[in-house]
Amino acid sequence: MKILLNSLLYHKKAHILFFLTYVLVTSAGLYFAETSVLSFLLMLFSIFILYFLKLKDKVKWIIGIGILGGLLPLAASHGAAYQSYMEVAVFVGIYVAMALGLNIVVGFAGLLDLGFVAFFAVGAYTYGIFATAQASHFIPFGKFPLSGESFWVFLFIGCFVAALFGVLLGIPVLRVKGDYLAIVTLGFGEIIRIVFNNLDKPVNITNGAMGISSITPPKIFGISLIYPNQFYYIVLVIVLSVIFIVRNLEQSKIGRAWKAVRENEIAAQAMGIPLVKTKLTAFAIGASFSGMMGVVFAAKQTFVDPTSFTLLESTNILVMVLLGGIGSIPGVILGAAIVTILNLQVLTELTNWLNGLSTSGIFSIPDALSPVKMQRFIFGALLILFALFRSKGLLPAKNRKYDAEKLTAGEVSNNRIVVVANEKMESLNGGQEA
Amino acid sequence: MLAQVLQTLPQVLIDGLSLGAVYAVIAIGYTMVYGILELINFAHGEIFMTGAFIGTAILLTFTGFGLLSFMPAILVLVIVLLVTSILTGLLGMGIERIAYRPLRNAPKLITLITAIGVSFLLQDIVRFITELKQGNYIVTAPEIFSGQMKVKVSSILPGIHDASFKITFLIVIAVAFFMMFGLNLFVNRTKYGMAIRAVAQDRETAALMSINVNKVISITFFVGSALGGATGVLFTMQYGTIDPYIGFILGIKAFTAAVLGGIGNIRGAMAGGMIIGMLEMFAAANLSGLTGGIFGAEYKDVFAFIILIVVLIFKPEGLFGKAIVEKV
Amino acid sequence: MFHKKLSTLVICSAFTLGIISGCSSAATSSASGGKTVIKIASQSPLSGGSATQGEAIKLGAQLAIEEKKGQFAKKGFDLEFVPYDDQADPKKGVANAQLIASDNKILAIVGHLNSGVAIPSSEIYEKYGIAMVSPANTATAVTDRGLKVTDRLVARDDFQGPAGAQFAVKTLKAKKIFIIQDKTAYGTGLADAFREAAESMGAQIVGYEGITVGEKDFNGVLNEVADKKPDMIYFGGLYAEGGLLLKQAHDKGIDIPFMGGDGLDSSSFVEIAGDAVKNAYLTSVAGDVTKTAEGKKFSEEYKSKFNKNIEGYSAYAYDSTGVILKAIETVIDKNNGKLPTRDQVRDAIREISDYQGIATKVGFDSKGDNKYANIYIYKFTKAVYPATVVGEISK
Repeated sequence: MKILLNSLLYHKKAHILFFLTYVLVTSAGLYFAETSVLSFLLMLFSIFILYFLKLKDKVKWIIGIGILGGLLPLAASHGAAYQSYMEVAVFVGIYVAMALGLNIVVGFAGLLDLGFVAFFAVGAYTYGIFATAQASHFIPFGKFPLSGESFWVFLFIGCFVAALFGVLLGIPVLRVKGDYLAIVTLGFGEIIRIVFNNLDKPVNITNGAMGISSITPPKIFGISLIYPNQFYYIVLVIVLSVIFIVRNLEQSKIGRAWKAVRENEIAAQAMGIPLVKTKLTAFAIGASFSGMMGVVFAAKQTFVDPTSFTLLESTNILVMVLLGGIGSIPGVILGAAIVTILNLQVLTELTNWLNGLSTSGIFSIPDALSPVKMQRFIFGALLILFALFRSKGLLPAKNRKYDAEKLTAGEVSNNRIVVVANEKMESLNGGQEA
Repeated sequence: MLAQVLQTLPQVLIDGLSLGAVYAVIAIGYTMVYGILELINFAHGEIFMTGAFIGTAILLTFTGFGLLSFMPAILVLVIVLLVTSILTGLLGMGIERIAYRPLRNAPKLITLITAIGVSFLLQDIVRFITELKQGNYIVTAPEIFSGQMKVKVSSILPGIHDASFKITFLIVIAVAFFMMFGLNLFVNRTKYGMAIRAVAQDRETAALMSINVNKVISITFFVGSALGGATGVLFTMQYGTIDPYIGFILGIKAFTAAVLGGIGNIRGAMAGGMIIGMLEMFAAANLSGLTGGIFGAEYKDVFAFIILIVVLIFKPEGLFGKAIVEKV
Repeated sequence: MFHKKLSTLVICSAFTLGIISGCSSAATSSASGGKTVIKIASQSPLSGGSATQGEAIKLGAQLAIEEKKGQFAKKGFDLEFVPYDDQADPKKGVANAQLIASDNKILAIVGHLNSGVAIPSSEIYEKYGIAMVSPANTATAVTDRGLKVTDRLVARDDFQGPAGAQFAVKTLKAKKIFIIQDKTAYGTGLADAFREAAESMGAQIVGYEGITVGEKDFNGVLNEVADKKPDMIYFGGLYAEGGLLLKQAHDKGIDIPFMGGDGLDSSSFVEIAGDAVKNAYLTSVAGDVTKTAEGKKFSEEYKSKFNKNIEGYSAYAYDSTGVILKAIETVIDKNNGKLPTRDQVRDAIREISDYQGIATKVGFDSKGDNKYANIYIYKFTKAVYPATVVGEISK
């Protein structure tokens, strides 16, 4: 018995077998059940398990993309709740990309940003204004709204405009540090929101508090994309490329420069890292992901107004980063997924379930304590518990490990050796700080 | 245009002063905690809100027993202020003990999460207790001071409008200044104050000098939260109506004030609060007049934040903060 | 080592959970107690700053459904109510809309409170043909987009605003008006409509300012009001800010008529403003609910059931639900007792032409606006809620 258990625990093949069965069972559950939030969540969870499996990276990527791109939508498409799952998945994707963007600023470069949602707003409004008749209020030439095909161009325009705003914010920020920086970014976020809320006079640019409605949905090959399952693929592609970019950035020269600045600004400067450029790139790249997702958000909602971009939203994204593990890419993805799913699906479902119990008379709760209204409470309690008992985040950041023998054997170029030195210094510094 | 600004100036200053006093006392709470722990205690705004609710609850109980009619208003005020500040002080200590102390060695950002969590929790707890009792969470407190006063500015400076204020304005200002001076004495003249300053300077050395660091941090939280709670009471008296979400906006403004004055610096926080309050009031009253209607009062927060950013760019450590020399 | 163990543990536990979920969800049955279930959902903010009104919508709808439960049970249907919390957040509203769409037992929705949430959410409802009857959205864009699913009981901004302006200019003889609004979709829409109408009737707008929702100190704006010396203040916004504005204006000695829209129609408005409420006017589509026998009965039942006083929106929500249930009943009768589809319910709701509710009579035009949405003008003469009707303006 013990041997059997041991073999289960440590045998790689057993792991893979387990994983496959797990995926099969959950997808079958998702496929055959009318609406089963549980099996949908468990299926998403398989990605998490996949992360821990002892497989080659490439194999993991292929399996992961296979599950997310093929199996999950396929299994879900059978049930009535298909679009609602996809809706949640789209939001998970949007927030993952934003959290990864913020992770560059906060996690890698160590610049606390409390107004991150502003870039999201910039992206959303960029598409919103030009994909409706709104633009004709202040641009005398051209025909608006632009057609749905322009969405694909706007993905990059949104990206660029947000990056521009990132630099704009970055310039004054360069002079302030630490918590002063936090309050400046907070102020910046609020300024952007208030300005968007009021820019209906003297020139009507954002339509003020009324928001911009009836935004043209994206179009490809003559098909208008209006359902969440269509957006799901757009978001999936963007998120995968964002992950790819961020992973590469982290190991690149600029990524190492960010971390060096985070650990010790003065030392980094002494080593020849240009502070201004490094910080500005962090802001610009972080913002650009957000801006891109803003475009997707505007196109999906077909409506933007300033209430979507409050300070609470910025805190939310920050919480995702911190919950998952600051500076850790898989952690941030997990954090964004958990917070979004919790917020949009689990708590709502739980509430409905409890509500059903209380209306059917199994037990009754006073109205003030009705679980629908307790979301803040539950959210707050979860934050505290997580921070207290898993304060480095769910998946803490790790520095890449190098094989010492390979290094000495000269298989790695000089460039890489510098990396190691850098990483070692960091881990020393990090150790002291903790 | 300038004449118009001048005409309303006395009134704007009075209104700005009462709002600024509220900001200033809350800002002190932020700055004290920051000074000692380098932690942005985001829950401080919620402690202020809880104080406002506790104060209102006491006032309502008094009204329920019919005590308000024969007790002198000043006595009622003193009782409410004392009870509220002790309760919120204890609340602050409790929060520190449960949510912050175990994380003292964790990265600062993690403590930020707990702070956000605590503020969500407090908002909701206050909300459901109030709702359970009242059926509605927007509460209006009974007035204990009523009456108006007029300042005849026009008799001295003709052409300038008279200003008026409620009696509560005097009380808010008096109590706020009393608290600030009291705190100043406490921090600068007492043994505990010295201990607080020592711990803020260097926690480890202070511990070596046989200062009980945990105790000192607890006291700091107690004092900061007690002030915050008492401000809640003042706020209720001045504005009458409260809801569980007031802490958020006010907290942010007060935090801005603390940063403006130089975070960690108590006098800076007072000055910062006053400045932000006055600026806001001035902007709300005059922005549309000064810009010919292009920007209205709705831009007052933008105005306040821009001034903050400008100040920080030219004096990154805040108006009264000391520039930190970084050791290599 | 640790990770290995952890991962195995995770896999094992998740595996078990997977099996359980697979089995349990497969076993879920669609009927309860042998009856076909019909669900009505509500979407309104139940948490956050505007929860009082959101709660009123939920409770109004709940009361209507509980009253009709027996009637539906006789026809063989089990009527259920599912309240959703949209948190006044468009994202949350849309996500909830998808959840609602996926539960095909939900035939119609009562909601939303905020037009900003209703507009994107109704795009989703439109795709699935779920009717939305709104007890509160006044923004013109809610029905002007020509959707089949959006209906509302309340008056549009471009009717309520001008109606208020007419009363202000013609009856109160206001010549210089100062407009304040709360910079939300509701407040802006209403204030803009009022401004346009008042200007065209010859009044002078001496100031137009915005305030921030959630703040408590409006002295800055009021100083400007005092400086401009208008003979009336119009406020586009909700009672929490409106009440404080009124009170602080009174404290400053600004003693001129104060007028607002149906957002002020709440008992809390009086509570907040206190004595200052005398000399305040508001426009509302709801007639005086407590004047009629049904209305009285409704408010008493509401009070005894939820231990709360009715708000303006509770009666609208009650009527919205009434309209929905009426339409469902009609379709059931047409179908010979079979379960109606969403499309049928949607069309039946739009066809309703004279439903007598407790707050207002209901009949929808081709866009989904209420034909009978009369505007009543209320005046507070003493500090009690509700106020007395002093005027009525019909389309």
